[in-house]
Amino acid sequence: MASTPTREVARRVFAREFNDAGYTFKESDDDRAPVYALLPTGERANRVFLVGTLTETEDVGEDSEYWQGRVVDPNGDTFFMYAGQYQPDAASMLRELEPPAYVAVVGKPRTYETDEGDMNVSIRPESISEVDEATRDRWVVETAERTLERIRRFTDADGTHEYVTMAREEYGEDVEPYRHSVVGALESMADAAEASAD
Amino acid sequence: MTQSDLRTQATEIHEQFTDQLDLTVEDVEERLDTLVNEYKVPTDEARRSVVNTYLDEAGMDRDQLGGGGGNEQVQAADVDAPEEWVDIRAKVVELWDPRADAVAQVGLLGDETGTIKFTKWSKSDLPELEEGKSYSLRNVVTDEYQGRFSVKLNRTTTIEELDEDIEVGDDSVEVEGALVDIQSGSGLIKRCPEEDCTRVLQNGRCSEHGEVEGEFDLRIKGVLDDGEDVTEVIFDEAATEELTGITLEEAKEMAMDALDTTVVADEMRADILGRYYTVTGPTFGRYVLADEQERLTGSVDADELLIKARSI
Repeated sequence: MASTPTREVARRVFAREFNDAGYTFKESDDDRAPVYALLPTGERANRVFLVGTLTETEDVGEDSEYWQGRVVDPNGDTFFMYAGQYQPDAASMLRELEPPAYVAVVGKPRTYETDEGDMNVSIRPESISEVDEATRDRWVVETAERTLERIRRFTDADGTHEYVTMAREEYGEDVEPYRHSVVGALESMADAAEASAD
Repeated sequence: MTQSDLRTQATEIHEQFTDQLDLTVEDVEERLDTLVNEYKVPTDEARRSVVNTYLDEAGMDRDQLGGGGGNEQVQAADVDAPEEWVDIRAKVVELWDPRADAVAQVGLLGDETGTIKFTKWSKSDLPELEEGKSYSLRNVVTDEYQGRFSVKLNRTTTIEELDEDIEVGDDSVEVEGALVDIQSGSGLIKRCPEEDCTRVLQNGRCSEHGEVEGEFDLRIKGVLDDGEDVTEVIFDEAATEELTGITLEEAKEMAMDALDTTVVADEMRADILGRYYTVTGPTFGRYVLADEQERLTGSVDADELLIKARSI
């Protein structure tokens, strides 16, 4: 079914790694070819799915509404998202939701270079929905699992995996911070479980 | 083989003969213990030997060994751990060519829940299984290879052909993931009423029959995503109602009140988007047609993963 463009999978990634994914690329010269952010653990991401705590919303637009949302993962790292008139559903969710709330977000990675020359990574949300804690917990474990799989591939790969090679070139060899994100996120879940058991 | 394993085996054997012979579990365990620990006989051989002894004493045939075998009766889809002794009732769906002399027969067993691979060893000296026939297989052992489960028949396995024809589950697949999108054409829709045409109308028009008075229906075209693969899933009216709790009548009322059919999809979106589901059903083109769905709300275990994460 070559005529049907296949839908891009939504990657699972903690905020720390996502915010480091400043390198983007396309697989072809076609104008409409999808843009991928390169995750430092060696995977391409045209879409992400995340569940976290919405801690703040703010209309940062000047002429028209442009909503910023901050969603925090279990490590306290923040995903930034921006929705304006071209993302009406997501924008209205950010307008209406009262933080703090657990939200599930599907969106596309976007990068922009700051005046200081840093690369900022944010999310252009396709959808935002309010969810419960059980959904958040499931996401945390799933994201830990996926991240761990990527780290294992990164550290095992003998340089043959395309995106691992690319990540090594663009970001270097150190994936230890992302393993810490995994450990930290899982520990926070274990702590929460203990607290509720007491 | 630890003492407690021996005890388990002894208990199972004891149960098999409890109606026929005056035995204690300790008697059985002692016999097993002698064979396994003194004579170093492999456990399944020891078990077979002990069972045979009691069969002789009771004047029974092996296939008279009835229920109460102590094993769990499982279905193909239930097998989720290796090295468990189980009983299974299943049909031989396929026989494959064994690739090794050690294997007498290999193939696929099926029941209502799906299929599972089986292997029968040559040295086990068991009767032939025939393709298309249904059997009760007692005392088979589960196994796992790269996340796929199978059952292995062994010397202690009893095979009984069944009169009934076990129905084998269809080609349905199970997909699990987060519902990341609800596509257009979802919610309260209208279908063309022409005979044998069930096309969904676009702005009151059927692509085949033009402008028609449509008939209302409920449907969700959703996308499940597990971070590795995406699967498009279609929920029909019944599945949509189960998923969202909204009936066709309620959906019509909602649309009537709002003078707009899109409110239905919006309401559904708010309820189900971003949640995790397991969906089971047959595939149709690139879609999975949802027969059964379950929202995943149970707690998830982080401990095992944490140990892994700390160790690499």
